[in-house]
Parts: sequence; structure tokens; C-alpha cells
Amino acid sequence: MDDIIKIKVEDREGAHHVLDAPTDMSMNLMEILKAHELPVEGTCGGMALCASCHCYVISDHELMEPSADEEDMLDQAFFVEDNSRLSCQIKIKESINGLSIKLAPVDESQA
Amino acid sequence: MIKTDILIIGAGPCGLFTVFEAGLLKLKCHLVDALPQTGGQLSEIYPKKPIYDIPGYPSILAGDLVDNLMEQIKPFNPSFTLGERAESIEKTGDKEYTLTTNMGTKIQAPVIAIAGGLGSFEPRKPPIPNIEKFENKGIDYMVKDPEKFRDKKILIAGGGDSALDWTIELADTAKEITLIHRRTSFRGALDSVEKVMALAKAKKVNLITEAQAVGVVGNGELKEVLIKSKTEGEFSIAVDNFIPLFGLTPKLGPIANWGLGIHKSAVEVNTLDYSTNVEGVYAIGDINTYEGKLKLILCGFHEATLMVQSAFKYIYPDQKLSFKYTTVTGIEGMGQ
Repeated sequence: MDDIIKIKVEDREGAHHVLDAPTDMSMNLMEILKAHELPVEGTCGGMALCASCHCYVISDHELMEPSADEEDMLDQAFFVEDNSRLSCQIKIKESINGLSIKLAPVDESQA
Repeated sequence: MIKTDILIIGAGPCGLFTVFEAGLLKLKCHLVDALPQTGGQLSEIYPKKPIYDIPGYPSILAGDLVDNLMEQIKPFNPSFTLGERAESIEKTGDKEYTLTTNMGTKIQAPVIAIAGGLGSFEPRKPPIPNIEKFENKGIDYMVKDPEKFRDKKILIAGGGDSALDWTIELADTAKEITLIHRRTSFRGALDSVEKVMALAKAKKVNLITEAQAVGVVGNGELKEVLIKSKTEGEFSIAVDNFIPLFGLTPKLGPIANWGLGIHKSAVEVNTLDYSTNVEGVYAIGDINTYEGKLKLILCGFHEATLMVQSAFKYIYPDQKLSFKYTTVTGIEGMGQ
């Protein structure tokens, strides 16, 4: 199908997954990760309000700059790096076909 | 001792609506919630965000939905224990449970409805090795009594309102106060940011930005915190107290130890009536799980409605349940 793109994900155990993501359903990356049963919480439902879908962007795709809301919320996340993003703020569209990301670690004591 | 018919754990939308449906069957409810206000996630995480999938409301702010639910259940006079976490349940008789909160409050009821959402909100703890060894021995995740910090050397971490507010509040009380934050900009209220900047300029607050706390050192009591700075590398500072303020996060908490069937941090239920494997204990809303489960407020409302029917039959097995359409009778006088 034309409107399916591929997203590459490295999970917290180091396993690699290639996910199909539809571009015509106005989905975000957090929703795709959850749909494939990867361990992201997405507690707030995708409103950049909880930092539980924190990931690192590995490939050099040009993404929209994080909004102030997203930056603010990353302050509450841990293990934050320069390539940290909240996956719920990454829209699934043709231009990110082949995007490669890595799930950020979660603190075991809070899982 | 508080006594009620249905003891609801969690005062989020689902728990609140349970009061309405129970009220129609003349069952009384008492709600317990770890947060100091009702509304759960809606009040704590996104009160100003619109919700689009509540039937009959093309759009409603989460905070307004909570206000409406509170208005809707008012005729049934529910009682509340807020700011206390449900800690343990004990079967104290035939069809009688006694729940104890972390503050020692005891509530008795034949039926317990767990409407705990994603769990109780607790301070988010930074993933620093051995941090738990110094909890209450120099590390606090909230400020209860500012006097505790009088003439102490304090380190506060975080970039939000609570980090800024406590930095301002404790600037005069503490002997020395340092605020550490991951970025150079802060997300708190502009007024608070300006005050902290002014305090830093006046050397009343030691401000360290683009840095994170990565280690804690001490001998029984906290002595030093290790800092990793983007520009200055690693160094340590001597402190009496370290207060990490990174917001709240929901945790399943003590419910996990109640003998309930748990799958992926959610309580397993029978979809017939949302009962758990423990008699008289139900779980509704985001906290339960079953095949096809959707974590939606409207699904929680449905679950609450069916659950109270079952609870009624459990409490009064000999009494015939008369189902009421509120369109015929209204709810006038039903709370009496």
C-alpha cells in the first residue's frame, strides 16, 4: 500500500523491530508503538503531558522541532539526551519513512 | 470508623460516576484518593485540555468534566477521604471489608470498587543509584515542613513550578541553596522564573543549569551529590538535603499486594460485572484489563454502571433490583 511507511525501533533489550505505520490516519509514533505492543506507557494519551513515551531519534530525518510543551515535559523525564523526543509528538507522515528510534530506558523502580 | 456501601478507590471520572449509578440504587459511596483533589488524571495532568469523545459533548475541558461529575453526584452526598492512599484491605466479617489508608484512616464496606486509573500519583524519583538509601535521610521528594530546612545546605533539582517555588520559598530559610536544572530555560510561571533569576543574581541562590544530579554519597546520612554538567564536567557539592522535584507519576502501588489477578499492572476482571477474583472487590476504568479493553472514560462509565448492579445483588441477594430510568423519575430526592 502507498500509505504505509516503515519505522525502525530498538527496544530496551536491544531487539530490533520494523513497524508498519499508516500515514492516512493522523497517528503519532507513540500510538504506533503501543499498537505493536512495544513497552511505552503513553499515560496522558499523547498530549505531551507525561513523558512516558520518551525515545531517542537515531536516524537523521528532519523532524519538527520540539514544541515548548514537549521540551518542558522532557524536564520531567530521565536519561534525557540531545536526541530525546516524546514519541507522541512525532506525526506519522511520508517524510519520516525509515525513521529509526530507540526506546529510552525506564527506571525499574517506577515501572 | 467510616461505614459505607461501596468504597471507591480513586476519585477520577470513573469513580465519581460510580456514585451516581450507585445512588440510583440507593447505595451510599465513600471515595478515597491519594491526590488532594477529585478528578484523578483529569485534574492532575490535563485540566485545561479538551476531551472530544464524551457522548453529547463535542468538546469539553477535562476540568469542566470533573466539575460536572461533582455536580451530578451531589444529590447522593458521597463522602471523601482525599490526600490519603489506600494501603491495605482486610476481610473483617461476612460481606465486610476494612480498608486502611497510609494515614491510618479506616473505612468499612461490603463492596470495594477499585477505580484507581493508572494507580496513585507519587513523586517521580530520579534514577540515581542508591537514592532510596537516603530517603528521609537527606533526600525528600516533597516539602512538607519548610522549617526542616532551616540553616541547612539544600540542593533542589527540577525545572517546573514546584522546583522554582520551593527555591524562592526556602531561599531565606536555608543556609545555602542550589537549584540544578537540565536546561537553561525553565517551564514554570514567568513570575517565578524571574524571581529565581533575581535571587541568583543577588547570590542568594546558586543556579546550576545544563546539569543533572547523577550520584548521591553519604554515610547513613546524605553528604554529597554528584553533578554532571554539560559545560563543566563532573563535580560534587556538599549538601544536607537534596530535594528532587520532577512531578508526579502514577504507580499501581499497594493494590498489587491485595491478592488480585494482575496482568501488566492492571487488575483482571470478569466482563460480566467487572468483578475481580476476590469476592466483593470490583475493578473499573483504566485500572482493569480484559480482552478488548479500551482505556476510555466512556468505557469506564459503562463498567461502573454494570458493576453497581452486581454490587447491589451481592449486598442484598434477596432484594429484587428495580432498574430505574432517570428520564421517568428524575433523580430528585433519590439521595435521601
